[in-house]
Amino acid sequence: MSAAEQALVTSDAVPLSLRGPAPTRVVAGYGFWLFLLSDIVIFAALFAAYAVLSGENAGGPTAAELFDKKHVLIETACLLASSVTCGFGSLAVQSGDRTSTYLWMAITFILGVTFLSLEVSEFSHMLSIDAGPSRSAFLSAFFTLVGTHGLHVTIGLCWLVIMLLQVATLGFQPMVSRRFFCFGLFWHALDIVWIGVFTIVYLGAHL
Amino acid sequence: MSTEIEAQGKAPGSQVHTHGARRSYLIGLGYAIVLTLASFWASSTDVIYPHGVPILLGVLAIAQMGVHLVFFLHISSAPDQTNNILALAFGIFVVGLIVFGSMIIMAHLNHNMMPMDRLMQMQR
Repeated sequence: MSAAEQALVTSDAVPLSLRGPAPTRVVAGYGFWLFLLSDIVIFAALFAAYAVLSGENAGGPTAAELFDKKHVLIETACLLASSVTCGFGSLAVQSGDRTSTYLWMAITFILGVTFLSLEVSEFSHMLSIDAGPSRSAFLSAFFTLVGTHGLHVTIGLCWLVIMLLQVATLGFQPMVSRRFFCFGLFWHALDIVWIGVFTIVYLGAHL
Repeated sequence: MSTEIEAQGKAPGSQVHTHGARRSYLIGLGYAIVLTLASFWASSTDVIYPHGVPILLGVLAIAQMGVHLVFFLHISSAPDQTNNILALAFGIFVVGLIVFGSMIIMAHLNHNMMPMDRLMQMQR
């Protein structure tokens, strides 16, 4: 493409509607963005259920008795750090750097697993003191909301392993880097949902 | 490839310059750490007027979500991101309807419901 043609395409002289179909990366990114927003709508429904039911503990343990702030702060730190390492990893994917892709994504994976194991230990502790999801409406709503988030993290970790295997076998093909890009969006969106979880569920419990 | 993208609009989260993007993640991390620690501090301090704490927590959470959107998901108000912004605005609208709508409706139902002991008497 000559410089003049390029100037014509990028300038605002050509309306968006006349520039032809968008590249696959833009279309895939936009479609995945729509999926993420609909996923956030699911979480909104679970948040609404939790907000309505959070006081209905049926004589069982209350939120303030169950939740430990220090534990949640460590979980938040893991998720936040993994979001940044995931960002560095996607930059490495974009520049086609295999070693730093493996490095950053391995750190992301370890931080994600740490988060999950903290969450599982919290859940199993709650189950052991008879504060399981069947105890009260508050606990049902809690386990549904936080469990759904944990399930998303689990799925994200599986996806990450599959993506690393694809990098190992297929290399940085456009297809692979597009999928990696969608994985990054997914992981950052989970972090945004977690902000809502720790504010409403864990910090809200101690007010 | 990058000129192609610029010609057609941007996918959410796409960036061209690796160096600037790395800095954007670090700036985002800085803001996110400050906001997270601020909300943990606000929930346990006695310095702030107690009835104001939930509002402060809400503001801090929304600010942090904004930081994540801008610095991690790279959503901006650039003209080539109109589609992403429109979808986001619709998503926020639906989330607001579901959360606040449910809370208002359930609070009203709860308020208008007959007290439990009288309800039990009527069943006999």
